[in-house]
Amino acid sequence: MLYTEMKDFEEIKKLLESEESVFLLGCGGCAEVCRTSDEKTIVEIEEKLKNSGKSVSGKLIIDFMCSKQLLARRLARFQDDLDRSTAILVFSCGIGIQCAGAVSDKVVYPATNTISLGGFQGLWPGEERCAQCGTCYLGITDGICPITFCAKELVNGACGGAKDGMCEIKTEKECGWVLIYERLKKIGKLDLLREIQQPRDFKKIEPDAKLRKTIHFAIDR
Amino acid sequence: MDKKTLKEKLQEKKFVITSEIGPPKGTNIEPHLKEAEHIKDKVDAFNVTDLQSSVMRLGSLATCRLLFERGFEPVFQLTCRDRNRLALQSDLLSAYVLGIRNVLCITGDHPFLGDHPEAKPVFDLDSVSLLRVATSLMNGKDMMENELDGKPEFFLGAVVSPGYEPLEMQLIKMEKKIEAGARFFQTQAVYELSSFEKFMNAVEKYRVPILGGIVLLKTAGMAKYMNENVAGVCVPEKYIKMMAAAKKEERAKVSIQIAAELIKGMKDMCQGIHIMPLGWEKYVPSVLEQSGF
Ligand code: SF4
Ligand code: SF4
Repeated sequence: MLYTEMKDFEEIKKLLESEESVFLLGCGGCAEVCRTSDEKTIVEIEEKLKNSGKSVSGKLIIDFMCSKQLLARRLARFQDDLDRSTAILVFSCGIGIQCAGAVSDKVVYPATNTISLGGFQGLWPGEERCAQCGTCYLGITDGICPITFCAKELVNGACGGAKDGMCEIKTEKECGWVLIYERLKKIGKLDLLREIQQPRDFKKIEPDAKLRKTIHFAIDR
Repeated sequence: MDKKTLKEKLQEKKFVITSEIGPPKGTNIEPHLKEAEHIKDKVDAFNVTDLQSSVMRLGSLATCRLLFERGFEPVFQLTCRDRNRLALQSDLLSAYVLGIRNVLCITGDHPFLGDHPEAKPVFDLDSVSLLRVATSLMNGKDMMENELDGKPEFFLGAVVSPGYEPLEMQLIKMEKKIEAGARFFQTQAVYELSSFEKFMNAVEKYRVPILGGIVLLKTAGMAKYMNENVAGVCVPEKYIKMMAAAKKEERAKVSIQIAAELIKGMKDMCQGIHIMPLGWEKYVPSVLEQSGF
């Protein structure tokens, strides 16, 4: 699940400034759930674009734009509309927009912002997050992630900023390190926190070339 | 100031007094240096805050150097909020060649709390790893074990918050800071002597000098604000009442009286005090006088 919000219409208008005719493309996956690519939203934007003098050449919602082969096949059926367009305005998460850019020779523009969920959630979304840091610290925290639960991603214990168990950034977020402390205290394992942790290895943020491709890589091509 | 350094005084178990300067937002540093001049003889060293509360200001390193040139002993506060490990190590080397020896290593407030909340929070290192890196530089190696051509010498400090809950979490981190090279601690503002005493008893075993923090109360409102918003700070009701009862022109007097009472109470528990005047530098001499210094 990726979470999206609509860009301001003014921003969309500015993005499309030099385009004459726009095709509207929405995703029926996560973005539809966020109400950023449902029929109603797309029609609303279509009206506004027309009112501001843009021509809209067509519109389409397809399920799961993150599947490139599905997207390419569905789009092919709208080739005539696309030929009459100079650009595609995409209503989806950042992945869908990238896929649209990859399978079409028209320039793509985002109608949405994909906003942070603070890490990957798992296919059955819950409170837990993983930021794929590459050096899993869960072994010293009894399973609470210090990277996604701590606003400063600290690995050596709490900063002095938490008040009544809440993080200093005051966004109604609990302090991850107070949670970790409480959990370890309960199971008598506070000693896990005593060892000084090495600084994070940010080299691991750059994924291996193999990992950039998907298991569907062959089909995608 | 007598000629001995902060390090020597603490090693000789002399009771020390430190204060701090918050550089201005802009280039107008002179008035701040003049304020410091007033208390120069009474204070052993001056911390310079590093973009305190995540508010963009004149830098700590430049201000430390100005203090050094005028014969003060600066304590360079260095946070992990704005610099990655390359910049932190480089700034430590720069500090050394500029004559700065005392470094207070802090994680730093989150940018959300300051006047540029949209800034990228760095936190590449934390207070513990920063101390470790500074220690490693002193041993002639950077954090990747590369040899240095000329090594710095520092007296490293850190902070601790005696009123933080859960305290045990702070103590575990304090132990790590000592292991990583911290040789003195300055504390968050103290307003309750009984809980400070409890804290001091808990940390006695570490045998590291602690400088108790003093923040001058300006109004009852400020005290209430701190109680609600500042971690580890709890101003007792009696002080809030004293401040609230004081007429506007008497507030400073009452505030000085409260600070002096706290300092007198703390004097025999710890190895020094750290006064954070937050703009009320001019009252520091009276605070010290009334505390018997
Ligand atoms: S520490 Fe957190 S971010 Fe890193 S791998 Fe483990 S769960 Fe993921
Ligand atoms: S208050 Fe807790 S969660 Fe927030 S930055 Fe500090 S240690 Fe991390």
